[in-house]
Amino acid sequence: MRTIVCIKQVPETKSVKMDEATGTVIREGVEAIINPLDLYAIELAIRLRDSHGGEVTCISMGPPKAITALKEAVAMGVDTAVLISDSGFAGSDTWATSHILASAIRRIGVFNLVICGERATDGDTGQVGPGIAAWLDLPVATYVSGISEINDQFCRLHRLVEDGYELLSCCLPCVLTVVKEISQPRLPTLSGKLKAKAMQIPVWNNDTLQLDPAQVGLQGSPTRVVRIIKPKLTRSCRLVSAPDDSTAASAAAEMITFLDQKQLL
Amino acid sequence: MEHCGVWILAQQQNGAVERISYELLSRGLELAHKRNSPLGAMLFGCRISPAGLTELIDRGADLVVVMDSPQLEHFLVESYALCMLEIIKQYHPEIIIAGATSLGRTLMPYIAIKAGAGLTADCTGLDIEPETGLLLQTRPAIGGNIMATIKTPRHRPQMATVRPRSTQPAPKLPGRTGQIIQLPSPNLPSARMTYEGFTRNADSQSLADADTVVVVGRGIKKAENLPLIYDLARRLNAAVGATRDVVDRGWLSYPHQVGLSGATISPRLYIGIGLSGSIQHIAGMQTAETIVAVNTDPSAQIFKLADFGIVGDLFNVVPALAQLLQERGLHAPSR
Repeated sequence: MRTIVCIKQVPETKSVKMDEATGTVIREGVEAIINPLDLYAIELAIRLRDSHGGEVTCISMGPPKAITALKEAVAMGVDTAVLISDSGFAGSDTWATSHILASAIRRIGVFNLVICGERATDGDTGQVGPGIAAWLDLPVATYVSGISEINDQFCRLHRLVEDGYELLSCCLPCVLTVVKEISQPRLPTLSGKLKAKAMQIPVWNNDTLQLDPAQVGLQGSPTRVVRIIKPKLTRSCRLVSAPDDSTAASAAAEMITFLDQKQLL
Repeated sequence: MEHCGVWILAQQQNGAVERISYELLSRGLELAHKRNSPLGAMLFGCRISPAGLTELIDRGADLVVVMDSPQLEHFLVESYALCMLEIIKQYHPEIIIAGATSLGRTLMPYIAIKAGAGLTADCTGLDIEPETGLLLQTRPAIGGNIMATIKTPRHRPQMATVRPRSTQPAPKLPGRTGQIIQLPSPNLPSARMTYEGFTRNADSQSLADADTVVVVGRGIKKAENLPLIYDLARRLNAAVGATRDVVDRGWLSYPHQVGLSGATISPRLYIGIGLSGSIQHIAGMQTAETIVAVNTDPSAQIFKLADFGIVGDLFNVVPALAQLLQERGLHAPSR
């Protein structure tokens, strides 16, 4: 089982700050982590390798410092990693990003599975996984919550949808995007950290991938962000205090009246 | 090539047109009006109910294009993509909007690559820029910390997915006229993916479809206390959601999780019980129309975005709410 896992380095959401004057996100000094939803993809790939043999390769597109995300993946147990980094790739939207990642996957060549997290917690689109499948002309199953059967040619899987789970079977190679239910990510081990520290992770730029510069980066992106605003989080909250049993009843009555006025009951 | 017309991707289940389709018509009507262009709806499925097709017209579609085939009974991305690409080839839509559903969020990004189109996920606002006629797509990003407005200057179609329940369904205007066209589906090669079955969630109400959601946090203390929440939810005809804390402790299963690593919901009414409102959680519910909360801590973050809050012990307040709702059930005039 040869698996390629696509991950993204994202800012730790809790610590995201806004520049109030310009309305842009301050990224300096913010801790960068592996997109938390990608950890489930890494874990699944490692487990499949441990049970079925083979190899896990982790790839990430980002600035040079994204190498730390790949090293963390190695410390968790992936076998090899590639950073895809080029100043010409900066500003890529999901169309251009999936184009670049798909061409890196094609360059790696032999694989049975491509696994992605459901979405990244910063961009929050969930579009890159299906986008990669489209570029590679492979089937894609999104929101995969479990795999009940898998070999090098075939898998049977559960897909979480609005009101339940679909049972699907699929020929390999294919692309999966996975949800949290699929696995419980492990922590990096000490020996893994040592291995990651010693590992030279190759960096592929556009000299390596040879993509048309008009098809990557900001220039190759169909979409443009034209305005960013910080929404006001605060609504005017009517707060009622109910420190004991008797006040709880009157507070509850007030809430019911409020909901009635809003015609929500 | 002239690209023209606003289109929606309608959805069906077991041949019945789903509510999201009518919500999309509501968005589509506004855009089509501003572009002074017709509104189209495309729909793929098997044995689709004719009443549903008429209802798409009644609720605002000028043109409904249907592909009906046994191979389209269930959503499989490669077959649906071939159908949608055929419609794009024949009709050259300027704009296509779809629901940010498990279907829309899979098919649309796949199509965007194949069609060379721009796509914006999970929009909460759609508008037309008056000077340019371009689609303005507004969506939350960075865990809901910012709202970004995005446009697609050159690529066509301009595509967007819209959160379910973020708008009301377009009203029915019986007697509206429009055209229903049955198109043969393109040649669908034997699928590399097969639909084998479905397991419905035990909960009768699905989170994504519920008008009212009761979300429970760590304040519930243990799984044995959950019947309190389910009792309240039943009286409100509400779905039950949970914070990450509750799911990680195994008190409720993952499909209940609301927040950054779970479901995004925008119900008409959100009721948060015994939860503080972490950034992660807020990212998944802040577009709810009305937010009420119960928490013992007056400085809990959830009160900063709530419309109404009770500072108190949920074990006192929730039974009191249930009691009042029960009395209403007995005495309130029937609606």
